[in-house]
Amino acid sequence: MTTAPPVARGPLSSEPPPLPDPEPVARIQVRKLHAWFGGFHAVRDVSLDIPTRKVTAVIGPSGCGKSTFLRCLNRLHELTPGARAEGSVLLDGVDVYGRRVDPVVLRRRVGMVFQKPNPFPTMSIRDNVLAGHLLSGTRVPDPEAMVERSLRQVALWDEVKDKLDQSGMSLSGGQQQRLCIARVLAVEPEVILLDEPCSALDPIATARIEELLGELESRYTIVLVTHNMQQAARTSDYTAFFYLGDLVELDRTTTIFTNPKERRTEDYVTGRFG
Amino acid sequence: MSAAPAEALPHAAATTPSAPQRAPDRPRGRLGDRLFEGVTTALAIVVLLVPSAMLIELVGASRKAIGAFGASFLTSSTWDPVHGSFGALPFLWGTVVSSLLALALAVPVSIGVAIFLAELAPHRARGPLSFLVELLAAIPSVVYGFWGVFVLVPLLREHVEPWLAAHLGFLPLFQGPPLGFGMLAAGVVLAIMIVPTVSSIVREVLRAVPAAQREAAAGLGATPWDTIRFAVLPSARSGIVGAILLGLGRALGETMAVTMVIGNRPKVSVSLLDPATSMASVLANEFAEADSDLYLSALSEIALLLFGVALILNLLARWLVGATKGRVGSPA
Ligand SMILES: Nc1ncnc2c1ncn2[C@@H]1O[C@H](COP(=O)(O)OP(=O)(O)OP(=O)(O)O)[C@@H](O)[C@H]1O
Ligand SMILES: [Mg+2]
Repeated sequence: MTTAPPVARGPLSSEPPPLPDPEPVARIQVRKLHAWFGGFHAVRDVSLDIPTRKVTAVIGPSGCGKSTFLRCLNRLHELTPGARAEGSVLLDGVDVYGRRVDPVVLRRRVGMVFQKPNPFPTMSIRDNVLAGHLLSGTRVPDPEAMVERSLRQVALWDEVKDKLDQSGMSLSGGQQQRLCIARVLAVEPEVILLDEPCSALDPIATARIEELLGELESRYTIVLVTHNMQQAARTSDYTAFFYLGDLVELDRTTTIFTNPKERRTEDYVTGRFG
Repeated sequence: MSAAPAEALPHAAATTPSAPQRAPDRPRGRLGDRLFEGVTTALAIVVLLVPSAMLIELVGASRKAIGAFGASFLTSSTWDPVHGSFGALPFLWGTVVSSLLALALAVPVSIGVAIFLAELAPHRARGPLSFLVELLAAIPSVVYGFWGVFVLVPLLREHVEPWLAAHLGFLPLFQGPPLGFGMLAAGVVLAIMIVPTVSSIVREVLRAVPAAQREAAAGLGATPWDTIRFAVLPSARSGIVGAILLGLGRALGETMAVTMVIGNRPKVSVSLLDPATSMASVLANEFAEADSDLYLSALSEIALLLFGVALILNLLARWLVGATKGRVGSPA
């Protein structure tokens, strides 16, 4: 797809825009979202607003539908055999499940980082960063600058600048994951979805990625699925708690961890079940 | 969540009582292991010995022809049993050209079929369609031969070959009278025969590319076709080459269907419309009537050549397929 996303955006290198007011506008509004795998109802009637330029964490016990929910936001869910979704996800007021929305264009606006680092094994590090553009055949005016800028954003530039032509598989797991984030940043999305991006990483690599999230927050709307409660507490502004496919509660992270409204949330964040 | 403990329970229950039972069995188990190992090793050696024995036998049988003609056996196109003068060039030529023609026709179709079956077909249709394609590989080659004689050859003679001669007749490839029987018919029949083989292996190789890579590409905003082109095909490349070589191996050795449509004329001609012959065809046609030692020996040498070519190609193909599977199977 060579068509530009419908919404105009400034280049990444520009100064971060001013922080939004204390009650940020919701860029993503999810309304009555359901998702199924065949006959299995994995996400049930979820409605929530995801604030712009904030990190929203999604927590909940394994199998509660966090990944499925996330994959509904960029319509990756529907690529799974037998899977389907219903309801609406409004991105800047436009339903991404609307008939005229091309999922291919949507996925360039809503980037995704997966649980397991998945660089393209046959591509060099440089090509992995540019993959989004290579895939769609978009012409990049200055690819070298884009590679450097994206790799610097994920603090990988100094580690790989001398081996950009080597395979992406030659990096460590943590480096691969940062490469995958750089690959998403190079497409200049507006929203970044991360599905347990640190679950395969050691504490140091995890700390770097959390630090990175803090830096990206000022420019992107971030949704972070995590199993790690401390990670949610450390990195996110808002937290959504899912349980058995239902959204139980969404609130400011501090509220969720100190004074949740729902009993089930309290039980989960205090480690009484899950 | 609740499934995990429920699953763990019967498992634990099954292992606990069997553990004390197994302990006294252990010496006997080891003997059984050794026996099993011995038998399988012996069988493996037999499997290796059979082709070696065949090879030695073929070399022995060809010795007379090798001594009489040397390297000129490969370059001479005289095939004159009456005067005892033998050259294998027309057979080599026919086998190689008909097989390459078959590949040229079959490979694009096979890869297209495989991409459709592995990536594009509706999920529910993939299983049944793949089964149908694999079923085509099970049709005996004589049936393909009959179809060639009664359907393909008339079609080529009446429609395709006149058209080729009229429009592309300035190329040496398409000159001569439209006979139907000939190199073109052999190539087309072989192509149809190898499409199922090649496409089902390519489909498997494509399926072996991890879903994570498809999702990585789709998540970056790649169209389904871009995903295939950039995330799936590159990882599958050597496996696809392997599948093509296996198809080539099948085409090289195919006897019956080719013999029925190729025209069986031992002449080297550039034109695809001319009748030709192949190594496997001449063996099938002439082995029974070979009345001199030298004649038999020449046929044996052709068999040896065919054996060598097929063996090398198959080894290469299997190695390539294995290399792809191994690589995409262990990405981390
Ligand atoms: N491909 C699939 N086919 C069928 N069911 C699936 C599939 N993927 C997930 N499910 C089911 O959907 C439910 C939600 O899965 P999902 O992956 O969204 O959970 P999750 O909250 O991300 O869990 P985890 O924390 O373990 O990653 C689970 O019960 C799971 O069994
Ligand atoms: Mg998950």
